[in-house]
Amino acid sequence: MNEHQPAAPIFIIAVPLIVAFVLPVLGLWKREAVFPLALAALVGSFTASIVTTWTVLVHGPMEYYLGGWTPPWGIALYIDHLSALMLLLLGCITLIVAIYSKRSILHELPDKEVPFYSVFLLLVTGLVGIVSTADLFNLYVFLEISSLTSYALVSIGGGAAVVSAFRYVILGTVGAAFFLLSIGYLYSVTGSLNMADLYRILPDLYDSTTVLVGFAFFVIGISIKMALFPMHTWLPGAYSDAPSAVSALIAATTTKVAAYVLIRIMFFVFEPQFSIEIVFMTTLLGWMGAVAMILGSVMAIVQTDFKRMLAYSSVAQIGYIVLGVGLANAVGFTGSVLHLVNHAFMKGGLFLVAGAIVYRTGIREIQGFRNLSIRMPLTTATFTICAFAIIGIPPTGGFFSKLYLILGAIEAGNWIFVGVIVLSSVLALTYLTNVLRYMYFPEETAVEATGSSPISEAVTRREVPWTMLGPMLAIAAAIVLLGVFNGEIVDQFIKPATPTGLPR
Amino acid sequence: MLNVDFAIGHFNVVAYVVLMMIGFYAMTGKTNLVKKLVGMNIFQWSIILFVVSLGAKHEATIPILQNDHSSPSGMETIIEVTHYVNPLPHVLMLTAIVVGVATTGVALALLLRIHKRYGTLEEDELLEKLRFTPPGATNQ
Repeated sequence: MNEHQPAAPIFIIAVPLIVAFVLPVLGLWKREAVFPLALAALVGSFTASIVTTWTVLVHGPMEYYLGGWTPPWGIALYIDHLSALMLLLLGCITLIVAIYSKRSILHELPDKEVPFYSVFLLLVTGLVGIVSTADLFNLYVFLEISSLTSYALVSIGGGAAVVSAFRYVILGTVGAAFFLLSIGYLYSVTGSLNMADLYRILPDLYDSTTVLVGFAFFVIGISIKMALFPMHTWLPGAYSDAPSAVSALIAATTTKVAAYVLIRIMFFVFEPQFSIEIVFMTTLLGWMGAVAMILGSVMAIVQTDFKRMLAYSSVAQIGYIVLGVGLANAVGFTGSVLHLVNHAFMKGGLFLVAGAIVYRTGIREIQGFRNLSIRMPLTTATFTICAFAIIGIPPTGGFFSKLYLILGAIEAGNWIFVGVIVLSSVLALTYLTNVLRYMYFPEETAVEATGSSPISEAVTRREVPWTMLGPMLAIAAAIVLLGVFNGEIVDQFIKPATPTGLPR
Repeated sequence: MLNVDFAIGHFNVVAYVVLMMIGFYAMTGKTNLVKKLVGMNIFQWSIILFVVSLGAKHEATIPILQNDHSSPSGMETIIEVTHYVNPLPHVLMLTAIVVGVATTGVALALLLRIHKRYGTLEEDELLEKLRFTPPGATNQ
């Protein structure tokens, strides 16, 4: 029994969990109090994350034993530099989206804010739980909490979103079932579920067929959850049909956390050599990532719906993260984690922009974006910064993560991957500049869009309210800051988190 | 490759794979959304059954110590692990069942809303009503 363990890690999970169940009751008699309380819960969770991160940065990785029971019998939370980085990321994104969602939800889903914020907080609980737990089965439970709440949030708007949500339920559950099966296999040979324990026990069992099959099921299951290319079919519908705030939240968090689980289990439960030398999983994942990058971008080019285009772009960006894992060296790992963080911000920002455009104009088709640079200049500016980050133009964060990925690919001696990264960036340039062209050059695009000469319609400046504009600008600022301070992030968080087995 | 002795010795594995494939067939081969959901459930329960079967041991009993602490012999009893089934997989699967029930609940709620809105649960009719041809979603 450890009496004096620091309590910050448990608050990260407990605060949103408890408040999520308080909200529906509170909503019965005081609806106006629901949003402030939800926001307070997110701020509380984020504060606990910051305290925990501070402790991790000063004293190194920390553990919290639930109920004081030490592993392998009890369940532990384990927060190292990688988890700390993810916790900060999740805290930032969820807080930004929550502030944005106030007006957006009032507009799109009137009378639904009580269930929305309740489920929102449960989703946050699941996500921070996945990131901080040290127990495989606990991870499965948190993964399912976050998935179930994602299904609910996607479908909350009704209409076509419900059908998309149903597809998501079926595929997501298959992914979770494979993950559960993998836990069963690993447990049957090791008798343990604690990650550190498994890391110690597993090396002697690397020849065991059971372990190999368990690992394969794990990779398939988590690939479905993070929408890696052939298993991505749930993603476009779920992202594009969901309400704006939900798209931004889910696009920025759930697939990123699934990618985190992939990294965590491949490199911290199994040793990196296992994936690199024994099952060649990194090679396979590298190629799958490359295919996702190209095909995701190509499919994004042909979309006419803005949100659907962003969704396919997400498929491509997941490819970058997986490719970085597949490079199997420290530089590639750095690029992968950095891109994970960057992509959460840029895709979150892009979906917020999409939501703002729908809020003000109701337009979703890219062709309808004419004159948007005059009507909503700040929204368009945010879009431009996010688009630059996706393409990889300095000084945005996207440039540096792609730089690390390219350096990693060169170090791995794989010139095809270098070409694929560059090609995918060019494809991203294609689909994003197409949108920019409509936004900034109305005269040039007017003829193709309407078939008539430029109309001198009265265009007035009409931005979204400040509670929506502020979060978008915060994300735009964060993207630039991530680029400027990328060295700090790499030195403080990613270098200490790099698994020891990876070639440097 | 087909080893009959192995299959008989590991009949729990065979059983779960068969059940899983039935579920997989229902999910991919059927166009009715309820049947897809049933398939998904079979898929889930097959895995739950398998993991529960992992805890089983031949001629073992429930994991409760028979001798209480007051009897002098109770303190000296040597506990043979092989005499007791492993309760942990069962406990884990209890949680997994709860997760499964929650998933089924969410899926059924979604089906209700789909039926209310579109009046059908056949996937092809639904796609027609949605006039919805996502370029990426060829199957599922």
